Amino acid sequence: MTETFQLDGEDVPFAPGQSVLQAALSAGRYIPHLCYHPEFKPHGSCKVCTVKANGRTAASCTLPAQAGLNVESETGEMNDLRRTLVQMLFAEGNHFCPSCEKSGNCTLQALGSDLGVMTAGFRHFYPDRPVDASHPDFLLDFNRCILCELCVRASCEVDNKCVFALSGRGLTKHLIVNAASGKLADTDVALTDKAVSVCPVGVILKKRVGFAVPIGQRRYDQRPISEQALDDAPRPSTASGACAACEGTS
Amino acid sequence: MTHELQSILARHQFAPTQLLQVLREVQEHYSWIAPEALDYVADGLGLPRARVEGVAGFYSFLHSDAPCRYRLLFSDNITDRMLGNQELIAYLCNKLWVERGHISEDGLVSVDTTSCTGLCDQGPALLVNGWAIPRLTHERLDQITELILGKTPVEQWPRELFVIENNIHRADILLDNPMEPGDALRGVISRGGGLEAAANARSWREGIPAAEQGQLAILDEIKKSNLRGRGGAGFTTGLKWEACRNASGDHAKEQRYVVCNADEGEPGTFKDRVLLTTQADLLFEGMTVCAYAIGATRGFLYLRGEYRYLLEPLNETLARRRAARLLGRDILEHGGFDFDIEIHLGAGAYVCGEESALIESLEGKRGIPRNRPPYPVTHGYLQQPTTVNNVETFCAAALIAAGGDEWYRSVGTAKSAGSKVLSVSGDCARPGIYEYPFGVTVRQVLEDCGAENTLAVQISGPSGVCIAADEFDRRIAFEDLATAGAFMVFDASRDMFEVARNFAHFFAHESCGFCTPCRVGTAMLSTTMDKIANGHGTLYDLAEIEKLDRVLNQSAHCGLGHTACNPTLDTLKRFRPTYERRLKSQDFEPAFDLDGALAAARRMTGRDDAGAHLSTEEA
Repeated sequence: MTETFQLDGEDVPFAPGQSVLQAALSAGRYIPHLCYHPEFKPHGSCKVCTVKANGRTAASCTLPAQAGLNVESETGEMNDLRRTLVQMLFAEGNHFCPSCEKSGNCTLQALGSDLGVMTAGFRHFYPDRPVDASHPDFLLDFNRCILCELCVRASCEVDNKCVFALSGRGLTKHLIVNAASGKLADTDVALTDKAVSVCPVGVILKKRVGFAVPIGQRRYDQRPISEQALDDAPRPSTASGACAACEGTS
Repeated sequence: MTHELQSILARHQFAPTQLLQVLREVQEHYSWIAPEALDYVADGLGLPRARVEGVAGFYSFLHSDAPCRYRLLFSDNITDRMLGNQELIAYLCNKLWVERGHISEDGLVSVDTTSCTGLCDQGPALLVNGWAIPRLTHERLDQITELILGKTPVEQWPRELFVIENNIHRADILLDNPMEPGDALRGVISRGGGLEAAANARSWREGIPAAEQGQLAILDEIKKSNLRGRGGAGFTTGLKWEACRNASGDHAKEQRYVVCNADEGEPGTFKDRVLLTTQADLLFEGMTVCAYAIGATRGFLYLRGEYRYLLEPLNETLARRRAARLLGRDILEHGGFDFDIEIHLGAGAYVCGEESALIESLEGKRGIPRNRPPYPVTHGYLQQPTTVNNVETFCAAALIAAGGDEWYRSVGTAKSAGSKVLSVSGDCARPGIYEYPFGVTVRQVLEDCGAENTLAVQISGPSGVCIAADEFDRRIAFEDLATAGAFMVFDASRDMFEVARNFAHFFAHESCGFCTPCRVGTAMLSTTMDKIANGHGTLYDLAEIEKLDRVLNQSAHCGLGHTACNPTLDTLKRFRPTYERRLKSQDFEPAFDLDGALAAARRMTGRDDAGAHLSTEEA
């Protein structure tokens, strides 16, 4: 008999080793999330998937599912928190949705829309983040980076290239590329890399494909993210969860 | 250049786990980490360059911006500010003709600030290329200026500049212990000889092999002593050791580790510095006792970069202990009791005081706290069972090993056994180290250190609590005021808003940036405090601070974020008028200064008449 935990009053079965978020998504239950991607080991940095479990808040993507756990997710309190976290990300970077190629396909925008984010709610930081247009096939627009590390994880764990990494700390934490020049053109990134297809926002953009699908007909223009997230429910992963190169064990 | 780099890499056996240590030595040798050095290190360790650059970019004492012969970092804790460090910084910048935070045009010198360097009892302090100089005065800065302009290598600077005092004003069972190196270990090993009644009783009942009797006996004793962690969290030490010893499964087959957390970064705390200076043998003995109890053969001391000057003396103590058979193979001729300790230096990152971030840092990575569970006791250093304890905790464990748990429990209160070493600084006649049995009142400490007209005391640093005069009868103990040791005193002349603002900047500077709420929230808190300081604050901002606190408490990844708003909320609760008198109005007030924004247009048009200004005042 499979074990279960309670999610907003209903039983959710789980397999050993699953996190609360993974089990919920497998069972067709949506918990808002951002830096989680079904093909990668969760790391829990955005905190948007925070739930209350047995009265204590925790990121559901990294919280191990346990029998008898009482999880509250669809509550005013948790959605208020998520709204604030999404607002923080909007305030931290430079996000101009109307002129962004990713508009309509952007997870941050879709989440904000779903959670009812109408304004950033905080003073914008307006950071100075120069664009890297050095590569013939890609544009890196760091203004939109939410530091979810999906490209970092994909490049290390799937592509085995480690094209992307993070440097700095605190508010100065930023994405860097694996080249002495600091330019993407000097890395071995390729069009077929997993890393270039996982960006949830508009940082890693393929050149010469701008606005191929008109705004209004894009992914999240059709249905809200909460309805579509389940289409992405856990699927087989090729990611190892660790990078041999970065660990120095390759 | 490559020759020196090669020898640094060789000294660290080209091990990727040594990355931080390698970078730190490169920094020390060249006073920066050049792009070519990053390439060379990445190559030598077989790591992606971006990973090496990411680590170099995380720690604030590693610089890959530009070469600079003398890097001066003023400690910027509130206690340094109270001793006038801001004026001293301006004075030195003026003398050296440099802009604060920028390297001089000729690459000679830079002057900037860093978080508390643990010299609050003898501040203001600074670090020059990582070496601590306390008790700064204009005269000392004049001397430093001459040394810099004369391009005298730091190694040749007068020794008296670098003399650090211990300032022990009250010693108790720990600081006054009469122990000789090896006393605690001999006590522990003798427990395994079948003479110890408790061990015998257990082995008879449970069929425990003789070799384990001593280990279980000391574990039992540490548990019974009721020793709790001295780093702030107060976890029961015996339970931690036991969990580590019992950690089993596929991951436990390799190795267990003992790690001493000497990354004393909490502003206002410096007792570990004094323990490392005066009680190094006791500390290493405590670590060895732990190794014996949990079955570990390797240990690390993670020493904060600010205490760089302690590295050589500590290594000498380790060498002496090896020579005396108190470390190494077959310790005290006890067959199979092997243990050794190596020292890792940090490089300016408060968050590495969090035990899982410390372990990441030990592994040569960015100091990001891990997701827990699993905890270090089962999956610590290199995913092996690891016990991480504070310096003072290991010292106490050695005392217990020598003196027994009953004796130890007789000191302190019923719920808090033993003594606590306090780091007293701020407005008092005798700042320094005070050791008391647990249960001492704040009032007693204030009296002993010669504090007068005290307005408030910040207990356990910014992440602790701020208490006002009506709470001075509260006690230092786990059941009342738990503390890692910081005790900062503020008299009636101080403005507690400025204290809280200093702490808000501290948290923003030290946030690792991993999680959204802490990375963005701590920055928002410090800008909001600045806004209030600049006279643009409103009641709305006070409400915003409370909202940030809620978000950080609900969702931050680790304790740094959880506690970041505490100093602000504590002072807001106890000293609200100091906030309110700064508020521009009780109603909404835009932070954006519209007229100020037109200044550039006025300059460009060469106009400054009334018509070029917005009329902000009603006629």
